[in-house]
Amino acid sequence: MKNKEPLILVVVVAFSLLVYLLVETYAHSVMHKHVDSQNFEYKDLPPVTKTGDIRNGKVLVTGAGACIGCHSIESEGIAANIDVVSAAAIYGVNPPDLSDVGVLYETKFLANLIKNPTHALNVEHKFDTSKGQMHPMVAFYGAGGDIDQEVADMVAYLKSIAISIDDLTPKMAYENACGRCHSMAYESWTEIGQTPKFKNKINELAYEIKTLKYQDSLKAYMGKLPPDLSMYYRSRSESFLSTFVEDPQSHLKGTAMPRVGVTAEVFDKLYEHMADSADTKRAERDAIGKNVMIYIIIFAIFAFLWKKQVWRDLK
Amino acid sequence: MANFTKATGIKDWLNQRLAIEKVEKVIASEYWIPKNINFLWAMGMILVFTFKMLLISGIFLMMYYQPSVEQAFDSVNYTIMREVDFGWLWRHVHAVASSVTFLIMYIHMFTGIYYGSYKKGREMIWISGMLLFITFSAAAFSGYMLPWGQMSYWAGMVITNIFSLGGLHMDGLVEWIRGDYVPAQAFLTRFYMLHVLLLPLAIIGLMGLHFAALRIPHVNNQDGEEIDFDAEAKKYLDGDKKGSKVMRFANDFLSKDMMVLGIFLIFFFYLVFFNYGFALDPVNMDKADGLITPKHIYPEWYFLWSYEILRPFSTNVGLIAFGFAQVIYLFLPWLDRSSNAVAASRRGKFKIWFWVLLIDMIVLTAMGKLPPEGIFSTIGLVAALVFIALWIILPFITMNEKKV
Repeated sequence: MKNKEPLILVVVVAFSLLVYLLVETYAHSVMHKHVDSQNFEYKDLPPVTKTGDIRNGKVLVTGAGACIGCHSIESEGIAANIDVVSAAAIYGVNPPDLSDVGVLYETKFLANLIKNPTHALNVEHKFDTSKGQMHPMVAFYGAGGDIDQEVADMVAYLKSIAISIDDLTPKMAYENACGRCHSMAYESWTEIGQTPKFKNKINELAYEIKTLKYQDSLKAYMGKLPPDLSMYYRSRSESFLSTFVEDPQSHLKGTAMPRVGVTAEVFDKLYEHMADSADTKRAERDAIGKNVMIYIIIFAIFAFLWKKQVWRDLK
Repeated sequence: MANFTKATGIKDWLNQRLAIEKVEKVIASEYWIPKNINFLWAMGMILVFTFKMLLISGIFLMMYYQPSVEQAFDSVNYTIMREVDFGWLWRHVHAVASSVTFLIMYIHMFTGIYYGSYKKGREMIWISGMLLFITFSAAAFSGYMLPWGQMSYWAGMVITNIFSLGGLHMDGLVEWIRGDYVPAQAFLTRFYMLHVLLLPLAIIGLMGLHFAALRIPHVNNQDGEEIDFDAEAKKYLDGDKKGSKVMRFANDFLSKDMMVLGIFLIFFFYLVFFNYGFALDPVNMDKADGLITPKHIYPEWYFLWSYEILRPFSTNVGLIAFGFAQVIYLFLPWLDRSSNAVAASRRGKFKIWFWVLLIDMIVLTAMGKLPPEGIFSTIGLVAALVFIALWIILPFITMNEKKV
């Protein structure tokens, strides 16, 4: 009788594969909305055409009543005027420190943000000035000269003080771009920062109260407490996360989450930080996986040889 | 009282007390297996292996898992996945093994259907096998509750809710099962107990029954040949190993089992390390939240076909159809009226019936996952009707089957 086993194997594998492709690949492609990536180019925003002057930018950014009225620039020794909890009570969320915004955000995003925050952040549905809904960040109306030149100067200054992209760690990127709204419990990160180790209960509770107060302001500002991102690397796909960060409205029409404005390179760092939280052991898994595969293949070869030897007497 | 003599060695000492040589013969060296069987007959051994993997990985997971609604999610995703050495490995092995167990179980079942290995004295093998399928399903479902993610919570909600639907209206029963109005602490703890104690005990007991059921009728073979096992065994023992139609379970068939296992393990560990996502649904990586219903709620892939039989009908009809689908396989030995215990390829209409059933199960599985909208609900409805029709016509198409 001829050996039918190869044919049976083909049938079994083909049907199993068919089920897999239908249930995983196909069903998920139907269930999840497909959003095309724009490669973090922010095509709807006009580009910066002027060459900025760093010195003038510094004057504009750090001058009285300018950016530093609300923002700190810690790398330049400019501290925040008020603590995070009070800041959140006023603005809804703690205004970001400007030390590294020059490397985190796309150049033209920064420029547009300064000129027209609600448009750059893509939250015009939430902040309609005609209805008196003011965005906490006031648009820059110019210092008397050519406004586009002045904005270019400010951006040039911010880029000049930022650390280089190579020195920007995934953790720093996350803390700056996401961390003021999104906690990451598995990395001991709350919306007000890295949770310190406490020696006594009083300090621990005091810190917790601070966090809760901050979260209350954030809740009032955003409508709900933004989710903890500890497990987002595993609960969301990479394409979802990147297109969501690029433009939250593309997936969740009407969401209060602003467009983040990061560059593609910075998104990769954010994603890596999420992986560090949700899939800490990925390098170990790959390394052990390879060794296990080698071991199992050797096992299969020996099993095959043993079978051949035993069956030599049977057939 | 038996007569015990001074033992000549350890083996003799054990032999006098436990008859280990005889036991070895009964379960291994003189457990006779037909030679004309293909690799599909090794699926049972693979299932023994996957069950062993589930048991071992489960024991390790249990050391750190916390069955409380406050801590369950973090004990899995933080403690086991991040803190415990190789916790991630055990978890991925456990998840992949549970999914793969069902794949192999379906292959094992459909092998049985294809070769007619449920009749002529093999009815108890089939029934104990189906009971194993049911207990494994219960174990899979209860285990799915434990990480207490969004899909755990909502699957628990939807499935326990079934008893309150339509004409059943057994709200009291739903509350009794949950121990609360919604899935909460009482629900999680009792499903934990079921998953780690009661169901594994039932499975181990049923596995014993399944193996025992095999002893007297012996395993079937791919040609449906009726073998005189005593005569063939004698031939083998007299030295005509090549001429005999049977072989020892160990080491003869065991060596083939091991070969198939070796190939299976390559596939299994590839999934564990490099493609585990299908067995660990992303939705379940969000913590359970009773205030946020996931956009799509669906069971794991191995329940999709029966889920789809529930879904396309109106509530009461759906419940009846669902109940029908849950038990109908158990009655296969009596619904198949033909006495031919041979491959479906030689059974005329039954051959068509078999392949239509298999494809229908796959269609139901795919539709069970897809959102029930537009064309998908129509296909789902047709496939569910085909499923029911197939089982109704089975006795009629097999009644007058020609004897082969």
